[in-house]
Amino acid sequence: MSDKLLPHGHPTRAPASQRGRTAEVLEHAKALGKQIEVMIDGRAITVPLGATILEAAQQLGIRIPTLCYHEDLCLAGVCRICVVEVEGQRTLQASCSYPITAPIHVKTHTPAVRKARRHILDLMLASHYGECYTCARNGNCELQSLAEEYGVDYFRFGRMEKPRYEIDLSSHALVRDMNKCILCRRCVRTCIDLQEVGVLEAIDRGNRIKITTFGDKPLSDVVCINCGQCINRCPTGALRANDNTDEVWQAIDDPTKHVVIQTAPSPRAGIGECFGLPPGQPMTFRMNTALRYCGFDKVFDTNFAADLTILEEGTELLLRLKAALANDECGMMNDESKSRHSEQSQLQNIHKSSFINHHSPGPLPQFTSCSPGWVKFAEHFYPEYLDHISSCKSPQQMFGALLKTYYAEKTGVDPKDIVTVALMPCSAKKFECNRPEMCASGFKDIDYGLTTRELAKMIREVGVDLPNMNKTDFDEPFGTATGSGVIFGTTGGVMESAIRTVLELVTGKKIESLFDYAEVKPVRGFEGIRYAELPITEVGPVPAIISHLFKDWNWLKGVTLKVAVAHGTANAKLVMEDIKAGGKLSECHFIEFMACPGGCLGGGGQPIPTSPEIRAARAKAIYDEDRSYTIRKSHENPALLQVYADFLTDGPCGHRSHELLHTHYTPRGKYIA
Amino acid sequence: MIVETTHGSLTFCSIEPGSGLDSTLERPPANALGRIEASGLRGRGGAGFPTSLKWDLAIKSPGENKYVICNADEGEPGTFKDRVILSDFADLVFEGMTIGAFVIGAKRGIVYLRGEYAYLRSHLETVLRRRRAQNLLGKKIRGRDGFDFDIEIRMGAGAYVCGEETALIESLEGQRGEPRNRPPFPIDTGYLGNPTIVNNVETFAWVVCILAKGAKWFNSIGTKKSTGLKLFSVSGDCSQPGVYEFPMGITVAELLKEVGGEGAKAVQVGGAAGQCVPAAQFERTIAYEDVPTGGSVIVFGPDRDMLRVAENFLEFFADESCGQCTPCREGTPKLIEGVKMLQQGRCSMHYIHELCSLGETMQLASKCGLGQMAPNAFLSIVEHFQDEILGRIGK
Repeated sequence: MSDKLLPHGHPTRAPASQRGRTAEVLEHAKALGKQIEVMIDGRAITVPLGATILEAAQQLGIRIPTLCYHEDLCLAGVCRICVVEVEGQRTLQASCSYPITAPIHVKTHTPAVRKARRHILDLMLASHYGECYTCARNGNCELQSLAEEYGVDYFRFGRMEKPRYEIDLSSHALVRDMNKCILCRRCVRTCIDLQEVGVLEAIDRGNRIKITTFGDKPLSDVVCINCGQCINRCPTGALRANDNTDEVWQAIDDPTKHVVIQTAPSPRAGIGECFGLPPGQPMTFRMNTALRYCGFDKVFDTNFAADLTILEEGTELLLRLKAALANDECGMMNDESKSRHSEQSQLQNIHKSSFINHHSPGPLPQFTSCSPGWVKFAEHFYPEYLDHISSCKSPQQMFGALLKTYYAEKTGVDPKDIVTVALMPCSAKKFECNRPEMCASGFKDIDYGLTTRELAKMIREVGVDLPNMNKTDFDEPFGTATGSGVIFGTTGGVMESAIRTVLELVTGKKIESLFDYAEVKPVRGFEGIRYAELPITEVGPVPAIISHLFKDWNWLKGVTLKVAVAHGTANAKLVMEDIKAGGKLSECHFIEFMACPGGCLGGGGQPIPTSPEIRAARAKAIYDEDRSYTIRKSHENPALLQVYADFLTDGPCGHRSHELLHTHYTPRGKYIA
Repeated sequence: MIVETTHGSLTFCSIEPGSGLDSTLERPPANALGRIEASGLRGRGGAGFPTSLKWDLAIKSPGENKYVICNADEGEPGTFKDRVILSDFADLVFEGMTIGAFVIGAKRGIVYLRGEYAYLRSHLETVLRRRRAQNLLGKKIRGRDGFDFDIEIRMGAGAYVCGEETALIESLEGQRGEPRNRPPFPIDTGYLGNPTIVNNVETFAWVVCILAKGAKWFNSIGTKKSTGLKLFSVSGDCSQPGVYEFPMGITVAELLKEVGGEGAKAVQVGGAAGQCVPAAQFERTIAYEDVPTGGSVIVFGPDRDMLRVAENFLEFFADESCGQCTPCREGTPKLIEGVKMLQQGRCSMHYIHELCSLGETMQLASKCGLGQMAPNAFLSIVEHFQDEILGRIGK
């Protein structure tokens, strides 16, 4: 599986000082397949011209320690822990960023190298404030492991006695404790380059340097999208998710509270890593048992809400398609929306018009809304396009709204006593559940969002060894969901589920007749941006569940549905710029956006570390789980159909659903006051 | 306060602007390059990289938009010779850049002017305007078809590290002034990714002199590895501080005699990044193969407190470090702490050794020259002035 997060030739925004650039220069030579032989510690290896010493050493199985280096990021060469001796060079060279262009001889553990590495560690420890045993990353910290590996047994150059910086607790999602920062700048490169957000940068010089936001403002006041990708790549505890486990324990321990938890598909594919398992071991049903053991009263599957989302969002898409195709001559966008796009800066106008009017469907392409990181990204950087975003709440929030209404009614529990917890692979979900508009039932839809890492901590705290738990099912009345819900966890999953449902609703044919095993391969994979065309050659009768909205599908006959998928906000930005410029993607009908590389399985709340291989393994676990379900299409979920029959009686996109399951967005703009 | 004088008549005074360029343009670019190579000219900024080699690499590097950059970010403590060149011999600098452009095939040149030299800008712009009017810059220079070249002046903002060529380029590109990973070098991927030569102000001026007076004249002066003449900025405890022209290979003692600095106990050659030469070694020569320098010579008289000297230099580096790499950012403050402990008489021999060892790591493992040079002064003072710095009684 290719994990090229960004398309070829995409310019990085990180300053050249923070990236090795020879790879670009040698792109041509590399393409020609020019090879070069080098000697590392007396062993020969042939590598492509321009490969780094680190890459060559890794192929030989020689371990060189790294800190600022990260597989997902451009090279920096700033921490210097990876220095090696290159014969003929006066100074030691950073192996992570030294491109091999000559048949060099390298030594990776000479006395000078070992001394330098030890000194670098000693220096980092001397300016690192914080005790390991009170740190969220205790046991999972790269600095700590290296200190152990290199036998650091005292503070050679002293240590910090007092903290230098105030901890930034302003954000719902992230906590920044710069006292623990070792200035590797992975977060900077993650934010500016991998995600193209650019919230974090280094300011000042010398040892006064610090990584901070524009104007040193708290994280809550800048354009942070809460994706947490920086957390996943921070080698220490300087960046972490805002921990809500204490609040959740308190709710569990309160006998008057009825605490329910919903679990998203990605955490179950990742949580095993927190218990020493290799990536890609699904823990779905063992986790259910562990959650009950922790004291949760009910355990539900977010996939139920994912199926609900597909029905709502799919219906919304059909409504938008109908508005655009059935009788609109000017195509995708109406004139009003076109003229608005040309006046991007007029946020105030946008504010008025972006309020979703339930009775007139929004423009095409429709954008997905499940990723709260993407939603905030769009609110900051593309506020003029907010009416393209589906008005559907994310599955997490839809579920919360149903729990405090439908579920409360059904079980007779007072909604004020229901505490809704969401287990998510995500840090942005913590922000999302605190959005003021997410209280349709009169209560907070979701009270607390937990990350995969936080849940692992809770499970460990109750003394449970997750991999050895027995398996139990999800609780009724929402039961076990469908394969469609599961694949929400990976990039392309929402699109695939939507295609399965929409095509079946429209054509009346089984999706398996179009795609083997219902696997919509064109939207799968890890390419940064994927595009697919789905011709609708024939149409069937309108199914009962949406017959209140559509008479027939004749207007869709012969239409080619164009869809695209983007993961990582850098790719989202490319898509948006293409749309702005009236490119090919502006002709799409539906686009899935996920803020995190790989989709939710690579979310900012997932176990650390992350890498292309780890994400691929988690994706495999998710697709395997999809295959294991008997029901794999959202619109066939029996529990879901029951909810429409009993509660959301005016159907998808009906009044009740709009009240509870749909939302609106806030144009925030990117300018900070 | 440094006395702003030049002593003796400088070679630069005898060169007629335009003379070097005209003779260069008559022949193919390779000819000029050959003459520079024959002269043995090495970079006058301090590192001493052979100028012809740098230019040759830039010629061979594929790329349409090559750049000539003049490094006028003169920031080394105790250096002020570029200021004199820019005020009095700006023509030579621009002409040297033009020759460089002719040789490597560049269309654009940039002078990266030190922020503190902003007052020179209007003078330099005037000279540029005059040269454009004289067709020494602009389109079809001196009537030569296809040779277009112009120079713009860009301001630094006061960071010493921006004198490092890749940090300078970062700064020109609008980024934080931080050194890049090398390789690749600017001759491959320099300004905006284009092949770029970055040379010191003085280097460009000498190029003109060499082309006007001949390579032979130049390489007959100095030593075999360090040919020609060099400007020196002399300051400190001497009777006649100022800018001097000396042949390369001059001994420290000879230099001290010329500037009225006899009786000094040490001389810092090469600025904060250079070496501290004690009196016992005054017979050493100032040359790339012995004690290299970018031109800064600071004389320390018998009454100077060498620990104070070390502290002063280290504080400079701690302040000017870009903060990017660990050894330089974190190491320099540790050395300062060590000096303070020595001043208070509470630094153990064990810890001094530890700090010297750290200094060696900084020299080896820092990302750029600044970090690699930062411990130099400390290490040489600890080495040469043990008696003076040890055994102090705390105040």
